[in-house]
Amino acid sequence: MPESAVPLLRLRDVHKRFGAVEVLKGVSFDVAMGEVVCIIGPSGSGKSTILRCINALVPIESGSILVDGQEVNDPALDKLALRRKVGMVFQQYNLFPHKTALQNVMMAPIHVLKQDRKAVEERAWALLKKVRLEGKEASYPGELSGGQQQRVAIARSLAMNPELMLFDEVTAALDPETVKEVLVTIRELAEEGMTCILVTHEMGFAREIGDHIYFTDRGVIVEHGPPKTFFVEAKDPRTRQFLDQIL
Amino acid sequence: MKILPVLLPPASPQPWRAPRLRLRHGVLIALGLLCVVGAADAQGTAAGRPSVIATLWRWTPLLLEGFVFNIAISLLAMAMGTVAGVLLGLGQVSQARPVRGAAWFLTQFFRNAPWLVLLFFAMFLLPFEFTIGGVTIPFPGWIKATIGFALPVMANTSEIVRGAIQSIPHGQWEAAESLAFGRRQTMWMIILPQCVKRMLPPWMNLYSLVTMATVLASVVGVTEMLTLVSEVHAAEGGRPELLAPLYGYALVCFFLYCYPIGRLTVLLERRFQVRI
Repeated sequence: MPESAVPLLRLRDVHKRFGAVEVLKGVSFDVAMGEVVCIIGPSGSGKSTILRCINALVPIESGSILVDGQEVNDPALDKLALRRKVGMVFQQYNLFPHKTALQNVMMAPIHVLKQDRKAVEERAWALLKKVRLEGKEASYPGELSGGQQQRVAIARSLAMNPELMLFDEVTAALDPETVKEVLVTIRELAEEGMTCILVTHEMGFAREIGDHIYFTDRGVIVEHGPPKTFFVEAKDPRTRQFLDQIL
Repeated sequence: MKILPVLLPPASPQPWRAPRLRLRHGVLIALGLLCVVGAADAQGTAAGRPSVIATLWRWTPLLLEGFVFNIAISLLAMAMGTVAGVLLGLGQVSQARPVRGAAWFLTQFFRNAPWLVLLFFAMFLLPFEFTIGGVTIPFPGWIKATIGFALPVMANTSEIVRGAIQSIPHGQWEAAESLAFGRRQTMWMIILPQCVKRMLPPWMNLYSLVTMATVLASVVGVTEMLTLVSEVHAAEGGRPELLAPLYGYALVCFFLYCYPIGRLTVLLERRFQVRI
């Protein structure tokens, strides 16, 4: 992967607490343009919180998050401008149930970006085709399977033309047989050069598409490295224990 | 083999539940009323006076006019109360603490007040006319009564709206936020449209209650159906055998109007329950 001079995303010593619980205790890492980063780790280790902090869904206590040169930990932050650059896909899909698949994809570009409806509709059709949901444009989320809903959610995020995509355990709620169709979609995105951060429990997938793996435990990044070395040579006992349990 | 207690069916019998009102019950009620009317009719004719049915028939245009007035009051009160209630409900989920507090207080205040008291409140505290820029606008009693009914509608609608908004999963807000929707856009385009379905049944229920409450207006001197019933009774010489048929007539009118609304509410509730 190319190492550009200025990373698209830079976290430095990020701290986050929920009440008395310190969830992130100084997290730092960089993500370069076009890079695919996977964050793994036990439940409650702060993986999802990292993603939520990056697009300012939750504020951080201290530290710095730079997205494309924009400081997220800034009271004057234009959150909407930030979120136009950062797409996010959730574990529970969170599609808008009162809108069809096509409308779900079209809503934000029309109402947030104020783009021309006709152009947006064309792009929405293309995006649904890209995630292999041709013929499902008029279906409501309730009529789609979990895997299909998740792919609509990916298309919905892509419709905003984000520079960075965050995937928060997107296959955790799916049936094993539908996991694959979602992973195929994400792999294609990664191959096209989309910068992605995945929080995942799919070790095989992380190993296959990740350029860099981060292992978090109790609010810190314990260990990281490229998948080839990470999965084989992880040294920290916590990492080893986690990998032994899961592989 | 020992049977584990958890595998056994629950020991306590099902709690007693009142049977739901069905069409046949309505028919029974109507038949009962007919019997009352018939009995009174027999007495009336025996005394050589016009029959009860003939009397009812003669006054029907006037009584129905009164009933339509009740419905008009209920619709107007519902419209005003709903508009105010939606705004108040949105206030209750506002991010600004003072707005939230004020909306909460107004809601609780009017929701926990007896409707008749609110009606008196509206009747006697509102002026009978307004003068705006030299133009005098009369403010008749029935409009004041309508406002009196709109107040509890507002408060109850406010709670319905707040409850519906808070019942929408948090993920919907997060998804909208991450797509760069603003708070107001999220509320109007994503949250509220999903609330409509959830709000409809309790809101229709509220409407039934308001419709039945409109007869309270007779207490404060608004000429609606119940007032007319008592006037008709007086005009017929206050014959005691006319009491049951006349008031029964009013009952049937309200039943025929409110019962289908109640059934529709149940149907909608059932329909929406399946699709979540």
